[in-house]
Amino acid sequence: MNKVYDTVVLGGGPAGLAAAVEAKKAGAQDVLILERDRELGGILNQCIHNGFGLHTFNEQLTGPEYAERFIDMVKDLNIPYELDTMVLDLEDKGEVKRIHTINEEDGYNIIDTKSVILTMGCRERTSGAIGIPGYRPAGIFTAGTAQRYINMEGYMAGKKVVILGSGDIGLIMARRMTLEGAEVEAVCEIMPYSNGLTRNIVQCLDDYDIPLKLSHTITFIHGKDRIEGVTIQKVDEKLQPIAGTEEYIPCDTLLLSVGLIPENEISRKAGVEIDKRTNGPVVSELRETSIPGVFAAGNVVQVHDLVDFVSEEAGLAGKGAAKFIQNNLSDNISFTTETDNNLSYVIPQEIALDNVEDAVTFYMRVRNVAENKVINAYFGDKKIATKRGRKFVPAEMINFKIPKSKLEGYEGKLRFVLEDK
Amino acid sequence: MTTTKELICISCPMGCHLKVTVDGEDIQVEGNTCKNGITYGIEEVTNPKRIIPTTVIVENGKLPRLPVKTSEAVPKELIFDIMNEVNKVKVKAPVKMGDIIVENILGTGANIIATRSMESL
Ligand SMILES: Cc1cc2nc3c(=O)[nH]c(=O)nc-3n(C[C@H](O)[C@H](O)[C@H](O)COP(=O)(O)OP(=O)(O)OC[C@H]3O[C@@H](n4cnc5c(N)ncnc54)[C@H](O)[C@@H]3O)c2cc1C
Ligand code: SF4
Repeated sequence: MNKVYDTVVLGGGPAGLAAAVEAKKAGAQDVLILERDRELGGILNQCIHNGFGLHTFNEQLTGPEYAERFIDMVKDLNIPYELDTMVLDLEDKGEVKRIHTINEEDGYNIIDTKSVILTMGCRERTSGAIGIPGYRPAGIFTAGTAQRYINMEGYMAGKKVVILGSGDIGLIMARRMTLEGAEVEAVCEIMPYSNGLTRNIVQCLDDYDIPLKLSHTITFIHGKDRIEGVTIQKVDEKLQPIAGTEEYIPCDTLLLSVGLIPENEISRKAGVEIDKRTNGPVVSELRETSIPGVFAAGNVVQVHDLVDFVSEEAGLAGKGAAKFIQNNLSDNISFTTETDNNLSYVIPQEIALDNVEDAVTFYMRVRNVAENKVINAYFGDKKIATKRGRKFVPAEMINFKIPKSKLEGYEGKLRFVLEDK
Repeated sequence: MTTTKELICISCPMGCHLKVTVDGEDIQVEGNTCKNGITYGIEEVTNPKRIIPTTVIVENGKLPRLPVKTSEAVPKELIFDIMNEVNKVKVKAPVKMGDIIVENILGTGANIIATRSMESL
């Protein structure tokens, strides 16, 4: 008989690290982390800027510092991990889950485990995903690829840069390339608002007088071998380019920061139910997916903007996995959640109150900028809680904590609605 | 002489648009929703400071670059001078997170410190 692990964690980014630590602390004995990269830490290794951990450590850490704190915890708890190991497939065999991996040294391998935590993170949308006319010359990168090049390998991606999309990675890279001596000509955002955190707009663009062109997109890429420039154009309310607003900007580099997609090929193939709104698994209060014993946390569930909430969510998944292997996890669903059309999603989708200690934190996002509004939570006509905020913006995930006592005694659907103050 | 500056307060997600008017010693902040906005506005026009994260070359390390940062916020106008200094630096692995790479950079009182550990090859 092969060894059967208690919990195997797929992906060694911040979600995987925190999940493994919590699973072990909550009683899982044999825990293993599988990571395809050459080291633990995930995307944080290339995010050398500060701004991580404000909530968890009350300090402004850089990405690598935040990662190293969790890596140290994993090492202190003697949790084994395998690097350069790619997970190919996950199979649900009932009692055990079977993981298929490949590694340059040992080749193909099979690992059996009682529970699994999915923490594969997300990937960037690529240029192919958006159809800009023109050639596909050299010099076009996703912002994350450029970030890895510059921050980890020490290569400079270019000297004259245009950035498409105002997601946080794009903003961070605008500053990074400016500091390294490049000229960032413009950041073009098709929406009338930025998709990045205000803090990043101020400290990455305003500080260096980099123009943020809202309601603008790129309509042509010039150059055959190397990119020579782009044509940008204003768009109308329907996001259609307006004739006569064309502007040519010479550049040798185009960075794309047009969004992230949860990495769920493995989850889908294993039969995990995916929520169309998040592109991530449907999860419970302790982040169990539709397959019993398979949990998920971090960017694989929902694209997070703050790593603190990734760690928090991963802690829940770790606890869930430990409870599961100790036959201590209730599957008695108390209610499910839904939203009105002004909110784009809510996590978790199912709640078993038996597994909840004192409160449930619901994560959600608004579709559009909302001022003078509140978010109310209803069971039928009964309002049970209200989330106030000065202003809700799509770029900032909302966390709405509701005490267990307010959630008890209801069934059916808990509905979140954006309403006037 | 009075000067005005438009800023966005980043002390909370509200992101109030501030108008800061400086008249000699007298500084007026408008557009803030709470008093944190006043503190932010005044600091931004009198002494704006930033933490600078960047990298230095590391020799004999597992990776070619070592991420570093200023141990505290430094005056904004020194950002590019500090980048120039830091770009001249080469270190040798192994390095531990928190190690001082450059002491008292350009007399600011801030050190350049390693933001990760780097094993040697
Ligand atoms: C550029 C950028 C800037 C950010 N800036 C900030 C910030 O300033 N402040 C902040 O708080 N947050 C920030 N965030 C958000 C935060 O860093 C992320 O939300 C967080 O890193 C997500 O963690 P994760 O573990 O879910 O995913 P990841 O960090 O992506 O980790 C996933 C891991 O899984 C591995 N993996 C994937 N598939 C497989 C497989 N098949 N087999 C084996 N391993 C696999 C990957 O190699 C990776 O190591 C930023 C994010 C990005 C991308
Ligand atoms: S002024 Fe007050 S409310 Fe407005 S952004 Fe600053 S801290 Fe927030």
